[in-house]
Amino acid sequence: MTAWDALRAALESLRANPLRSALTMLGIVIGVAAVIAMVAVGAGARDQVLRQIASLGTNLILVGQGSIVRGGVKLGAGTASSLTEDDALAVLSETPSVVVTAPSVRWGLQIVAGNQNWGTILFGITPDYMDAREWTVALGRGLSDEDVAQATKVVVLGQTVVRNLFGGGDPIGEQVRVFSTPLTVVGVLAEKGQNTQGQDQDDVIFVPLSTAKRNIPGMAKSNPRFIHSMAVKMRDGADMADAQAQIRDLLRQRHRLIPGQDDDFWMRDLSEVSATRDESSRALSFLLAAVAAVSLLVGGIGIMNIMLVSVTERTREIGLRLAIGARRRDILVQFLIESITLSLIGAAVGVALGIGTAVAVAALAGWPTLIRIDSIVLAVAVSGLVGVFFGLYPARRAAGLNPIEALRHE
Amino acid sequence: MASDSPAPEPLIAVEHLTRRYRMGPQTVHALDDVTVTIRRGEFVAVMGPSGSGKSTLMNLLGCLDRPDSGQYRLDGQEVAGLSSDALAAVRNRSIGFVFQSFNLLPRQTALDNVMLPMVYAGVSRAQRVERALAALDSVGLWERARHRPTQLSGGQQQRVAIARALVNDPLLLLADEPTGALDTATSLEIIGLFQRLNRRGITIVLVTHEPEVARFAARVLQFRDGRLIDDLRQEPEVAA
Ligand SMILES: Nc1ncnc2c1ncn2[C@@H]1O[C@H](COP(=O)(O)OP(=O)(O)OP(=O)(O)O)[C@@H](O)[C@H]1O
Ligand SMILES: [Mg+2]
Repeated sequence: MTAWDALRAALESLRANPLRSALTMLGIVIGVAAVIAMVAVGAGARDQVLRQIASLGTNLILVGQGSIVRGGVKLGAGTASSLTEDDALAVLSETPSVVVTAPSVRWGLQIVAGNQNWGTILFGITPDYMDAREWTVALGRGLSDEDVAQATKVVVLGQTVVRNLFGGGDPIGEQVRVFSTPLTVVGVLAEKGQNTQGQDQDDVIFVPLSTAKRNIPGMAKSNPRFIHSMAVKMRDGADMADAQAQIRDLLRQRHRLIPGQDDDFWMRDLSEVSATRDESSRALSFLLAAVAAVSLLVGGIGIMNIMLVSVTERTREIGLRLAIGARRRDILVQFLIESITLSLIGAAVGVALGIGTAVAVAALAGWPTLIRIDSIVLAVAVSGLVGVFFGLYPARRAAGLNPIEALRHE
Repeated sequence: MASDSPAPEPLIAVEHLTRRYRMGPQTVHALDDVTVTIRRGEFVAVMGPSGSGKSTLMNLLGCLDRPDSGQYRLDGQEVAGLSSDALAAVRNRSIGFVFQSFNLLPRQTALDNVMLPMVYAGVSRAQRVERALAALDSVGLWERARHRPTQLSGGQQQRVAIARALVNDPLLLLADEPTGALDTATSLEIIGLFQRLNRRGITIVLVTHEPEVARFAARVLQFRDGRLIDDLRQEPEVAA
C-alpha cells in the first residue's frame, strides 16, 4: 500500500463522518490558532519595542551633567556646569571602544513661525549627535560641521513641530524665531514616533551647538564650553559595562573627584531598557508554550479517542483487508496516516484561524501584530507529532487484530 | 520423487492437520488430524453439521490461522515456516476469499472494492482500474462498476466479492457458505458462476450446508467433530 493509497483511504474515512472529524480537530484547531495569534501579538509588541529601542540609538551611553538623586536628597551640589565639550573630546580620544561623542545642550522654549507658535525642546548639537542617536533627515539637509564652526542661524525641525507650525507643508527655506533670533529651516527630521516611555520623540528642533550657546540668553553662563549631556556611541560588539567604567574613571579624574565623593554626572545605558523588555517577553513566551501544550494535549487525546472508536467500528474492514493481503504494517500505516491527516487538517484550519485572529486584533484593537513563519512551522510540526503520538496506540491496536475474529465482528 | 512421469504436485497437501481451542478446563478439537490433498482444477464442496470444523479448515487453508500440529503445503510450499508478512503475500497473490456476508466496504464503489487487493499487490493505478473492470466483466457486472454495495442486490454484491477474489489471479478460491445469505434462485446463479470459473482452471473449495449446492461440486468432503469422515467423488450437476 503506497502512502498515496493510505492518504486516499484516510480522507475517504474522514469524509464519511464530517461532523465527527471536524469536532475531533477542534482541539488542534484551537491550540494552533491560539499559538499563532498569541505569538503574532507578542512578536508585534516585541518588534515595536525593539524598533523604539533602535530609534534611541543602539550601542549608546548617555552621559549628563548633574548628580544622581538618591533618597530624595540631591547630592553633589554646586555642579551646575560640570560637563564640558572638552570632556566629550577626552572621552572620544581616550576610550578605545568609543567611536563618536556627541555633546549637546537642551532648552525648552517657544518657536514662532508667522502667527503660529509652539512649545518644544531645542537641542544644540553637532552633526555627530544625529549619527549617534540615529536621526536621519526626511527633507532638506542635516546640520554640518560648518554650521557648528560658523554658528550659522539654521534649524532642523522634528515632524511634530512641522505639523504644528506649517500644517505638514514644506517648511524648507522658511524663517522661524526662537527668542528673538530668526533661524532658517534647512531640514526636516525623519519620523521616530514614541519612545518606550510613550514620549513623542519628534517634538524637537536641532540647531548648531554654537548657535544655541550664542543666541539663547543665559545658556552659556559662566563657562562657554558647558554642555548638558553627551551621547557616546561604542563600536559594534564593544563591552558596554567595561566602556562605562572607563568613561566614569576618566570623567571623575577630569572633574578632580576624590575617592568617596559622588559622581557629578549620570550615565545611562539603553541596553537596560531592552533587557527588562526581554524578560517580560520571555515570561509571555513561557505562558504561550503552556497554553499551546495543554490545548495540543487535549486535541491529541481527542484524536486518540476518535481513532479508537474508528478502529472498533471498522473491525470488519480491518479483518477483510488482512484477509486479502494487507500486512500488519499496512494497517498500522493506514490508521497512522488517518490520525496525522486529522491533526494536520486541524493544524491548517488553526493556522488560517490564527492568522485571521491576528489580523482582526491588529485591525480592531489597534495592537501591532507580526505573524511569525517559525510559529506556523512549529505549530504544524507539533500537530503532526501529536497525530503520530496519539494515533500510534489505536493504529497498533488495529494492526494487531486477529483477522478471523475481526471478520466475525458484530 | 524419482519416477518416470512425475505426478504433478497437488495444490493443497494437508497432513494430520490439528487445531485445538482451550475453553477453560476443556479442549475443543476444532480440527482433528485431517489429511487430504486437493489437485489443481478441482471443485470441492465441504459439508458437515454446525461446529464440525469447516470454517476452521478454511481459515487454515486460507493462511489466516496456524495449525497446532500437522503440515500444510500450498502449491508445493510449506506454509508453517512463513512469516506473517509472507503469509499476507500468499493470501494476496494465491488465494481469493468469498464470504457469506460479502464483506464489501460499504462506502466504496464496486470498482474500488474490486481494486482493493491490488492496492496491497503494488499494482499501478492505471492497471488497477483496467483489471478491476475486467474482473467485474467476468462476473457480468461491468456496467455496475460505479454502484455502491447498498445500490446492489445480494447476488450482485456477492458477484462483486467474487470479482474482488479473482482480481489478483489466485490459484485457489475459498468460499465459506457463499450462498448462505442468498435465496435459492440467486444461489444457483452464484454456483453457476463458480462452475464457469472452475472450468477456466481455478481450484475452488466451497463450504455449504445445502445439498442442492454441493451437487454442483465434483467432490464432497464430509466433516463431523473436526474429523474428515467421508471423501466422495461424484458426477457434478451442471448449472444452467
Ligand atoms: N476462536 C475460537 N475459540 C474457541 N472455540 C472455537 C473458536 N473458533 C471455533 N471454535 C470451535 O471450533 C469448533 C469448529 O468451529 P467452526 O467454526 O470451524 O465450525 P463450522 O463447521 O464452520 O460451523 P458452522 O457450520 O456453524 O459455521 C466449534 O466447536 C467452535 O465452537
Ligand atoms: Mg462456519
